[in-house]
Amino acid sequence: MTLLDTVLFLPLVGFFLLLLVPRNNPQASRMTALLVSVFVFAASLGLIAPYWFAAPTGWQFEHNAPWISYPPIRYHVAIDGLSLWLVLLSTLLTPIAVLVSWKHIDHRVKEFFAFLILLEFGLIGVFVSLDLFLFYVFWEVSLVPMYFLVGVWGHERRIYAAVKFFLYTMAGSVLMLAAIIYLYNKSGTFDYSAILSQLQTGRLAFDARTQLLLFLAFFGAFAIKVPLFPLHTWLPDAHVEAPTAGSLMLASVMLKMGTYGLVRYCLPLFPESAHDSAPWIAALAIIGIIYGALVALVQPNMKKLVAYSSVSHLGFVVLGIFSFTQQGLDGAVYQMLNHGISTGALFMLVGYMYERRHSLEIAAYGGVATPAPNLAVVFLITTLASIGLPMLNNFVGEYLVLQGTAQANFTWVVFAALGVILSACYMLWLYQRAFYGKASESLSHHMSDLTPREWAAIIPLLVLMVWMGTFTQTFLPPISSQNAQILQQSQPAARVALNAR
Amino acid sequence: MPVNYLPTSAEYLRVLPEIILTLAGTFIMLLEGVFGQKGGGQKSIFFPFSLLSLIAALLASVAAYGDPGPAFQNMLVVDGFATFFRVLVIGVGILAVFSSADYLRRENSRGGEFYALILFSIVGQSIMAAANELIMIFIGLEISSIASYILAGYLRDDPRNNESALKYFLLGSFATAFLLYGVAWIYGSTGSTNLIDIRRALLNGHEPLGLVTTAAALIFVGLAFKISAAPFQSWAPDVYQGAPAPVTAFLSVGPKAAAFAILIRVFMTAFGPITTAWLPIVWGVALATMTVGNFAAILQSNIKRLLAYSSIAHAGYVLVAVTAHSGEGSAAAMFYLAAYAFTNIGAFAVVTYFARKGERYTGVDDFAGLAQRQPAMAAMLSIFLLSLIGVPLTGGFFGKFYIFKAALDANLVWLTVLGLLNSAVAAYYYLRILVVMYFREPGEASDNLPPAGMPLQITVYGSAIGTLALGIFPSWVLEFASKAALR
Repeated sequence: MTLLDTVLFLPLVGFFLLLLVPRNNPQASRMTALLVSVFVFAASLGLIAPYWFAAPTGWQFEHNAPWISYPPIRYHVAIDGLSLWLVLLSTLLTPIAVLVSWKHIDHRVKEFFAFLILLEFGLIGVFVSLDLFLFYVFWEVSLVPMYFLVGVWGHERRIYAAVKFFLYTMAGSVLMLAAIIYLYNKSGTFDYSAILSQLQTGRLAFDARTQLLLFLAFFGAFAIKVPLFPLHTWLPDAHVEAPTAGSLMLASVMLKMGTYGLVRYCLPLFPESAHDSAPWIAALAIIGIIYGALVALVQPNMKKLVAYSSVSHLGFVVLGIFSFTQQGLDGAVYQMLNHGISTGALFMLVGYMYERRHSLEIAAYGGVATPAPNLAVVFLITTLASIGLPMLNNFVGEYLVLQGTAQANFTWVVFAALGVILSACYMLWLYQRAFYGKASESLSHHMSDLTPREWAAIIPLLVLMVWMGTFTQTFLPPISSQNAQILQQSQPAARVALNAR
Repeated sequence: MPVNYLPTSAEYLRVLPEIILTLAGTFIMLLEGVFGQKGGGQKSIFFPFSLLSLIAALLASVAAYGDPGPAFQNMLVVDGFATFFRVLVIGVGILAVFSSADYLRRENSRGGEFYALILFSIVGQSIMAAANELIMIFIGLEISSIASYILAGYLRDDPRNNESALKYFLLGSFATAFLLYGVAWIYGSTGSTNLIDIRRALLNGHEPLGLVTTAAALIFVGLAFKISAAPFQSWAPDVYQGAPAPVTAFLSVGPKAAAFAILIRVFMTAFGPITTAWLPIVWGVALATMTVGNFAAILQSNIKRLLAYSSIAHAGYVLVAVTAHSGEGSAAAMFYLAAYAFTNIGAFAVVTYFARKGERYTGVDDFAGLAQRQPAMAAMLSIFLLSLIGVPLTGGFFGKFYIFKAALDANLVWLTVLGLLNSAVAAYYYLRILVVMYFREPGEASDNLPPAGMPLQITVYGSAIGTLALGIFPSWVLEFASKAALR
């Protein structure tokens, strides 16, 4: 039993603990959820140890045990530089989501926290699975709690949003399942490393058409999750209707399942198809960047605005991935974390405002800075981080993505950079409308400043925004070295040369 | 040397489960006049008696597998395949008896006949599982069906029960006629009704292919009725909706599994040599069945009807496994039917519980807010629904996984893709029930829900454990199925 197993299964234990907590004692459920999630986070910090002074590639904390004898499905988990920070992001955001929901969720409290902790289990599982089948299991398992989080505790149109979310994801993932089974039938294993090495040694090879179809089956499932234009339509609905903690987990971690999948599976397993389709995908990503930003610009609803800004931001991530350059890929992975932190923070702050004013319309606010100066400052920092101000985290990611993309294709950068400018427009305009001006009587009455609990939830994210913006050396080396390996694996030419030898 | 027609003791052992169940059923019928009383729930003496006889039959089928082989001049054969299905249908019977006890008490109905009919129906299915000969198949099918017809109309004062039973009887007899006609054609063209002999005759290839194909098609039509495959599915929704809920649970699983056992055995052994003739038909029927079932289910507002269409769709998935036409395919079908049995019996048990006297509450919307009134029951129904959707860690998922894996192995790429897309469509209507249970505020229907009786709880929790066990540790069942599968 490795530390990783502990981190993975503690949430599941916590889930069952929560089921045992009496229903009529909501405070006990909250405390249990908080304790469990904080404990998981503390445990997960230990995962950094191998990366502290070095940047090793390859698997750490590997555990490979048989699960089902035939077909040979194994419990094979490990982390590398790519998944390390995503696991930590999940474990960090779960206690924050618990804090955010402390008062906000006031009915069926026990179930809410049980689903939240179950979601953590699914999310960590997705990032650490090295068996394709296990990966699929976690991929689907994470879907169920999110479905309930949106459907039970969401806003008015929550049912529509929850069902749409479930069906979109399900439709994408069944095709991925078909592709996984097909890969198994050809290779005789579900093990990621084994399939990869079979591909690299040429023992497993597909003709161009088959590879393209397999690539598309995986890509479709991931693109829906990312979401890539034009598959993004479930996202604004889900985000707007979800409770704050749901939006937070959805935006910060769940969308990363898609981009993580692209880097982990689509690139190394199907390099030729990935290279061939790169221009098309980049085009979609760029459309997503600009389209998301333009739609965000005209949103009267704050949550919807942030949701569309996610479409735009994740366009950058996809663009970086399909630039096939070291910087582009590093930037993309870094941007996954950044987006998790800054957009997560935005959703939290919007949630704080909603709890006070019970409205998500920008027009219902104005002059918030007067009654709630601390909230205004925190919101400003988050806004600046989100639009990529230097010294804050998003700048690093966006810069790397643009630099990497420029090496691949300069035209792409010209269009993508438009998105950076637009992001400043919609975020600053939002800030201006909501926080400046003269506060109305009723608004001043409702808008109290941040409470200690709210501070506690936001401070870790603020610290990370600055830390990740100024001291990238803490985070980037493990990502970089792993990306270098992934890039090397996904060079079609390299494999041809290897085969020739 | 004259043929010795006296069966040996080993042969008797091989039909011991059927003997036990027949005797037990007959006993119940005789004693009904003495001990029979209204409200034959778990207090009735027949409840423990039928349970015990089922358990004895279960043990007998396992014991019979200790000495596998043919019985009664090759009429029956005890092999792994037969044992798997025998255990399955008897297990289904046990769960059905548990879930019926509450129901009979609630409807204040006599218990004895009910249990006897269930036992007889299982006798028929058990014979079907082990039959190695077309006449035996016909006899098993009839024993099972006739008992089922009566069960479907068990509450004879209820017009819905009457409609259900009559429809089931008329269409069922019609289907049996097709089957029998096919048997006649086969006997006419090959001179045998024994599956092995038919196979041998077909391998020689002297028989006119058109004649044999027609016979195979007629038999397929008869069985397609029984498994409610499209385009012969139209009886299922009406019958399932009208019949008493525990009977519906039983009908949707037991007879169906047995009919699939026959289908697989007949088409894998007897008609194995003429695969090319029937495979395209099964391919089309599988696709049509999945599609019709799923798309029709979307429109349903009655939960029994919805589950009826869902069971049509699931028959379609199993037909995909039959289309794969391999050992792996039949193993996948066996596993799927086992997982589906637990899931569906469990789901119907919750429906039985919720419907209450006279089955007043069977609308999907009636389930509003069940999660707040009876969280445990709602959670169990969610497990069953997630298994029907095919979400990982449930038996339904692994069932689908193995089926589509077998299909891909057999190069049925299109059928796999369309089947998987079908299962995504299916998610929609199962989710609707979850939506209603969890996301809506409790309505009038979920007020004053009495706590579930002990036997019903055993069914629900037992099925849930079965569903999850098959989803988390599928190896054990699958290994047996792979070993026992016909290829």
